[in-house]
Amino acid sequence: MSSDRLRRISWWDVAIIAITLVVLLVAAGAVDNFGSSRNFGFLVLDLLPIALIALPMTFVVITGEIDLSVASTLGLTSAVLGSLWNQGLPMETIVPLCVLLGAVLGAVNGLFVTVFKLPSLAVTIGTLALFRGLAFVVLGDSAVADFPAAFTSWVTGGVGGGPIPNALVLLVVLAAVAGLVLHATPVGRAVFATGANEQAARFSGIRVDKLKFWLFVSSGAVAGLAGVLWTLRYSSARADNGVGLELAVVAAVLLGGVSIFGGKGALPGVLAGVVLLATLQNALRLEDVTNESLNIVTGVLLIVSVLLPNLGRSLRATLRRRRLRAARHT
Amino acid sequence: MARPDGVPLLEVSDVTKSFGAVAAVRGVSFPLHAGEAHALVGENGAGKSTIVKMLAGVHRPDRGALLVDGDPVAFGSPGEAKAAGIAVIYQEPTLFPDLSVAENIAMGRHPVGRFGMVDRAAVRREAAALFERLGVRIDPARPARGLSIADQQIVEIAKALAGRARVLVMDEPTAALTGVEVERLFAVVRALCADGAAVLFISHRFEEITALCQRVTIMRDGAHVSTDPVAGLTVPEMVRRMVGRELDALFPKQDVDPGEVVLRVAGLSRAGAFAEVTFDVRAGEIVALAGLVGSGRSEVVQAVFGVDKRDSGSVHVNGKAVRPASPRAAMAAGMALVPEDRRQQGLVMDLSIQRNATLPRSGALAGLGFLFGGAERREARRWTERLQTKYGDLGDPVGTLSGGNQQKVVLAKWLATEPAVLIVDEPTRGIDVGTKAEVHRLMSELAADGVAVVMVSSELPEVLGMADRVLVMREGRVVAELARAEATEESVMFAAMGQGAVA
Amino acid sequence: MSALKAPPAAAWWSSVVRAREAGIVLALVALVAYTAVSNPRFLSGQSVRDILLGTSILAVLAVGQAVVVITRNIDLSVGSVLGLSAFTVGSVVQDNPGLPVVVALLAGVGIGVVCGTLNALLVRYGQVPALVVTLGTLYAFRGVTYLTAGGQQITADELPRAFLGFADASVLGVPWLVVIAVAVTVAVGVLLRNYRLGRELYAMGSSPEAAALVGIKVGRNTLVAFAISGAAAGLAGVLFAVRFGTIDAAAGTGYELNVVAAAVVGGVAVFGGSGTVWGAALGALLLTVIGSSLTVLDIDQFWQQAIVGALILLAIAIDRLVALRTARALRKGGPHVQ
Repeated sequence: MSSDRLRRISWWDVAIIAITLVVLLVAAGAVDNFGSSRNFGFLVLDLLPIALIALPMTFVVITGEIDLSVASTLGLTSAVLGSLWNQGLPMETIVPLCVLLGAVLGAVNGLFVTVFKLPSLAVTIGTLALFRGLAFVVLGDSAVADFPAAFTSWVTGGVGGGPIPNALVLLVVLAAVAGLVLHATPVGRAVFATGANEQAARFSGIRVDKLKFWLFVSSGAVAGLAGVLWTLRYSSARADNGVGLELAVVAAVLLGGVSIFGGKGALPGVLAGVVLLATLQNALRLEDVTNESLNIVTGVLLIVSVLLPNLGRSLRATLRRRRLRAARHT
Repeated sequence: MARPDGVPLLEVSDVTKSFGAVAAVRGVSFPLHAGEAHALVGENGAGKSTIVKMLAGVHRPDRGALLVDGDPVAFGSPGEAKAAGIAVIYQEPTLFPDLSVAENIAMGRHPVGRFGMVDRAAVRREAAALFERLGVRIDPARPARGLSIADQQIVEIAKALAGRARVLVMDEPTAALTGVEVERLFAVVRALCADGAAVLFISHRFEEITALCQRVTIMRDGAHVSTDPVAGLTVPEMVRRMVGRELDALFPKQDVDPGEVVLRVAGLSRAGAFAEVTFDVRAGEIVALAGLVGSGRSEVVQAVFGVDKRDSGSVHVNGKAVRPASPRAAMAAGMALVPEDRRQQGLVMDLSIQRNATLPRSGALAGLGFLFGGAERREARRWTERLQTKYGDLGDPVGTLSGGNQQKVVLAKWLATEPAVLIVDEPTRGIDVGTKAEVHRLMSELAADGVAVVMVSSELPEVLGMADRVLVMREGRVVAELARAEATEESVMFAAMGQGAVA
Repeated sequence: MSALKAPPAAAWWSSVVRAREAGIVLALVALVAYTAVSNPRFLSGQSVRDILLGTSILAVLAVGQAVVVITRNIDLSVGSVLGLSAFTVGSVVQDNPGLPVVVALLAGVGIGVVCGTLNALLVRYGQVPALVVTLGTLYAFRGVTYLTAGGQQITADELPRAFLGFADASVLGVPWLVVIAVAVTVAVGVLLRNYRLGRELYAMGSSPEAAALVGIKVGRNTLVAFAISGAAAGLAGVLFAVRFGTIDAAAGTGYELNVVAAAVVGGVAVFGGSGTVWGAALGALLLTVIGSSLTVLDIDQFWQQAIVGALILLAIAIDRLVALRTARALRKGGPHVQ
């Protein structure tokens, strides 16, 4: 029985999982239709893109970087998907191409960060604008909608026509893989070490730049996949698909206990953060709160998720100082 | 120039400061009198920097007090220390690289003219006047970015003068200065003392202390040893008080017949850091790199290990060339580096002991690519126990350990890779005497087992006690190679200072 | 010793700084010349006026952003503050047609200062990075605007003549909007260049550690910097309302990208400590001219945002290259080894 394993589950993880459960219960009890299986399907589809992108984002933020371009990558892959479909390419070819495109876009970020040594914040604000702009260049403000039913219904449908959404299975598989890699492989160890102390990681033989590059590539690839799923779910390829989604993703990751300063975090907490965010949005929407007003909730949650641990830490530090002083005087 | 009533300008009175469980400074007292230059000496880790930070208002003493003109003061911030007339000049000056030199001097107390506007002409004039008074040529309009360390220190002194500082604290100001620059600095400091300022001067160079200072305070392991007039002390006596033990108190290295050449470094150069460094290390040998702080020793070993780039030169291990700028390649070739800065380079303080101890080997420990903790825990336990590391739980963050035990975790981390070449950079800096002896015994055993050991150390007793050969570096070059029999305090220091320095 | 080499180094440095602003001017001249040759309509009175009015709003925002970025922070909430100010002031003017324009402008500034102060408090006392805070408030302020708007839209015919007329009014032939933008740029420029506070903002961005050691009041100054950025965004909101007349809750969405781009392209380093508001204002002019040129040259308007993104990347890459070259020059001339 190792206390290392116990300690790895921080109080914040426990709190966020508990809060998520409470919110789920309250929503099920107090909000009409929340508990219906139809709404459950919607909830899963709503949180799918956020959850997917949050997986690599967790890695990226733990290494002390950030990727704000993910929503624009989603938009650009969506636009390209629509455009390629218009040109008559088969869907079987388009889908892998789009994921590859996402990976390439991620590689662009990765190159700027690791080769030119630019801060990822500035780089991905630039590519946030660039990729979204290119999406509009590709598709303008038109929409492509006539996607084959086999593909759109796979995204919205359930396993074998049952109540378990296909999307949920995909998410669970990917989350399991991400969780294993982060918490039980040398790559995961390198991610935490790099975020907590990049110099020491380098001195330990970790190829920090290579690691970061591939994390940005996977972030782009997953955002590309999310772009495909988003397009197929709404059966609509548009350049402005997923505008602002980066906020929800970053909010969920930070809410899930990942430190914005790097080095700390765990995947279960992040998944709880995603569910919490999606549940709140879903429930409030059922209560007729508009999408745009919901942004207040997301924005405030984002700030609070960093603010609270900080306040907690300074409070503990103050208490410790006071205790030391008291001990000294006795 | 001392005040008639004999009250010092500043007095450090029985101060104590701890970080976590470690007491960095315990019960230290000394006075700084007007018109006097006062030396503070001690080995690395003796607590000098902590004293400096207290005077600067960065740290507050846990116990004891600072007295200005006889009255106790408590500095809540660096600003308050400055307001009390205390100026600190750090080894690494803290300037604003984007701003002009003149503005660096004026920052925080700009002269104000019409409409409350900064009088930019006055800012430049003031800087020019100060530089003239100090007898240096620096263009006040140029940005601070790109100034040499010596010039940056002159700017810092100008800042202190402009702020009407009465107490000047100089933390190893001469470490990176050339002889001419040191002379210029001393002229400035003597003029300041003549004007009635008090100077606290921290240096490792005894000839500077005897040339400049009137009084000297010696510290050892955070404690106050003595405060005396410099005139009454000989250099060997100062050394004895600093070190506090005779050489034979250290664990001596076992004699080993050296084997084949394991590490061969040839013509290693990097612009601005070191040039044409060439040396061999044989199996079973301990080779020490000695020299002053800033002479380029750490830079050399970091380039050998591939953490830093090199401009030219080659590194071979057992006859095979090692790819430059790749710690991975160095590790694969059988090298290990225990770096100088434990907190920044050696360990990830927030991670557990277990994770730290197994970080370089996480790939090798993984089963089918996965790590579920068992193998890491076993490995970490094996090596930490072998090094007799004291800890509560392998899952505790490594930052909670004492300095000595942290160093053992770093050693464990690298010994677990079973290196053919072990490079240790300041292996015993800031750790207690008992652990020091253990580290020395360990290094000796490793050498006896056929490991080639390279040791960078600023502690002469350690160098003389442990090394089979001593390479002395000065200003980025290897200037002397001394066999064990030739190496004495005098011969090493003489080579390190290169100017007939040891008194 | 490097002191002897000081004058050439200083000249070299200032030439780099000047190169950035000269480069923008050069790019502007080339772009204007090319566009005007292809289509002379580009230099017509109406077109120039549109460019100037567009630049005014963006320049006010970019000047505010420059102040924050110089302190090594960022304010992503400016687009939302603009929207909140535009809609709130628009509604107030709608209900009180007699309100003088000056009061409307001041009301916008007031709203902005409140928003900026909130950002600063979270950054300084919550120890939350500016990126996270302003990303959060970007959405929160926008949400508040949507809540108050409740799907409403304010149209030009609901606003009083006097208010909208301000967009067309001019002093000595120069539109009021332009006068205001120039006044803001000059005022903030003088503050940064000639006042203690401004110099301290540069110091904070150049080296936060040294700033604390020198005893600069970092907390107060952070507050002022964000308040200025907020005030600029609030003011820009009123200018936006005046210029376009039609305001909904989405006013200014996505502006933050253009604003950051204008500042960064104008030579305000993302690492803090250097850059000027003149550069930021020039950057705003360049971006606006690019937008107009696209229209005139019949290039798809959709390229605009992609160009903004590419310009951001280009600008930070150039900053980085200059910094690297300085570092290398310094290393080669280091004190130890020739």
